[in-house]
Amino acid sequence: MQKYNGKSVFGGIAIGKTLIFRKNENQVRRKHITNTEAEILRVDEAREKAKEELQELYEKAVIEVGEQNAMIFEVHQMMLDDQDYVDSVIHMIKTEEINAEFAVASAGDNFAEMFASMDDEYMKERAADVKDISNRLIKILQGNSDSGIQSEVPYILVADDLAPSETLQLDKSKVLAFVTRKGSTNSHTAILARMMNIPALIGVNYDESCDGKDAIVDGYEGALVIEPTIEILDSMKEKQQEDHYKKKLQLELKGKDNVTLDGKRIDIYANIGSVSDVAAVLQNDAGGIGLFRSEFLYLEKHTFPTEEEQFQTYKAVLENMAGKKVIIRTLDIGADKQVDYFGLEKEENPAMGYRAIRICLNQPDIFRTQLRAIYRASVYGTVAIMYPMIISVDEVKQIKEIVQSIKDELTSQGIPFHDVEQGVMIETPAAVMISDLLAEEVDFFSIGTNDLTQYTLAIDRQNPKLDPIYNAHHPAVLRMIRMVVENGHKGGCWVGICGELGADTTLIEEFINMGLDEVSVSPNLVLSVRDKVRNTNLSDPTFHSKKSREVY
Amino acid sequence: MKEFSYIIKDELGIHARPAGLLVKKASSFQSNITIMKDSKKADSRKIFSLMSLGAKQGDTITIQISGEDEDEAFTAVSEFIKENL
Repeated sequence: MQKYNGKSVFGGIAIGKTLIFRKNENQVRRKHITNTEAEILRVDEAREKAKEELQELYEKAVIEVGEQNAMIFEVHQMMLDDQDYVDSVIHMIKTEEINAEFAVASAGDNFAEMFASMDDEYMKERAADVKDISNRLIKILQGNSDSGIQSEVPYILVADDLAPSETLQLDKSKVLAFVTRKGSTNSHTAILARMMNIPALIGVNYDESCDGKDAIVDGYEGALVIEPTIEILDSMKEKQQEDHYKKKLQLELKGKDNVTLDGKRIDIYANIGSVSDVAAVLQNDAGGIGLFRSEFLYLEKHTFPTEEEQFQTYKAVLENMAGKKVIIRTLDIGADKQVDYFGLEKEENPAMGYRAIRICLNQPDIFRTQLRAIYRASVYGTVAIMYPMIISVDEVKQIKEIVQSIKDELTSQGIPFHDVEQGVMIETPAAVMISDLLAEEVDFFSIGTNDLTQYTLAIDRQNPKLDPIYNAHHPAVLRMIRMVVENGHKGGCWVGICGELGADTTLIEEFINMGLDEVSVSPNLVLSVRDKVRNTNLSDPTFHSKKSREVY
Repeated sequence: MKEFSYIIKDELGIHARPAGLLVKKASSFQSNITIMKDSKKADSRKIFSLMSLGAKQGDTITIQISGEDEDEAFTAVSEFIKENL
């Protein structure tokens, strides 16, 4: 086994045999000629032929890599028409009475040298373009046609350096990865690798003896491994599979609808725990934020966060989400999340203790600060609020009174705000049982399956001893979810799930069947859930599983 | 003769692509169109000449246009430069 390190210009894993690409170095000899006019005519003819070839390459490239990247071949055509370049060739033929091949090679070297000496990385790279067009002319003058790599099986392309036209002439379906000794992150090979979505390494000082051997290109670590051990091969294969799946999701599923084969739709939102998570939400194409855990604002601090601090945070998230819905869950402190400055007493059973909305309604100053901040931020996007740990209609009525007084206050102060959807979390069996009544009070429900499961099954989530009997698919829980969806819809509420069960791809078809409107999952799971949804067919008779029967 | 100055906004400066497009644009006019940066001059019909100016983001270039159709050329070239550089 041999390992060569280089710089990765595009990530990914490739496994296959190497193939070293060696250029047909054009052997150009200086010859004395007498008929300079005829030699100049040969140059003109060769330029015409070269431009035709480049036009063909351009048209091929437009289809394969897009107009932007194909432009280089149009630029090559212009370079062949550059008056200074052409004059230089003609001048040498006339004054030195030399053959066209040698004149082109010399002019090419001179112009390439000019670019190579510029103090700009991008311009230095252009020396390769000048050499590329000169070599093309020389090949035509010598009567050689382009000879690309021919291979029946896919291969890892290893080369000293690759000219743009060489990379474009490759049969892309056979190239697994690019490995070059030279080149830069600006080179065409790097651009092409990104376009083709295959790994590429540069600056790899490989040994010629590696030609045709089994190899791995690790575009994450920047390594070329020749003749890997079985262990390394196996672990890389695994890494490659994960990678393929992720890339496939990214490529195929971004911008796509969350709709089943038989046309049923569900929204897939993402859960966030800090402002920095928003990047992942957007990257994974979530439809909105289904659960914004506002606790982090409190957990990160040593005193209560001010209205202004909170306002700035909400505003930043809303602006980044550019109009997509953001559902903020009000403070859910207590239980497993403790903050010193709240001065909460130690409890025997904190999961059932003084937490969440219970704190907010008992210490309304804390609550009012948060609500004011949210309402002030509401003008920067689409915001919704949901309240955790609800057990009664009375709690919701108290909340609504506080919300109304906040709105009145803002109005009297001339501070603008938008309408904000109001929702409750359904995470206690009590809330499930009165969900028909709650539905009349609010706009939406979001089912917190983690707490709902622990309260329903009377199993402490924090006790590892109970893990074996903690069954998230318990029919009691699934029946509750179904009941909430039905009651919610009857009362005009939309219903979502923001707990871990929402990302459970074995249940998603069941949820869609129940009529669930939304799931909110970790940002990095959005696309795998979308993948599952798009491959689900509820009209398929095999769908009605045993689990389904238990639920109804 | 018409003349104007411009500060390059493009990240890569006068790189291959806009240089190529500028050659195309400039070739469609009779007028001589010269681009200058510091003491260097480039004929805008010549791609290598344009690229070898080494004009980068933040550099000031001066464009001189003279010839029969300099008015039309001025409008077209200044628009092109604002859009592509």
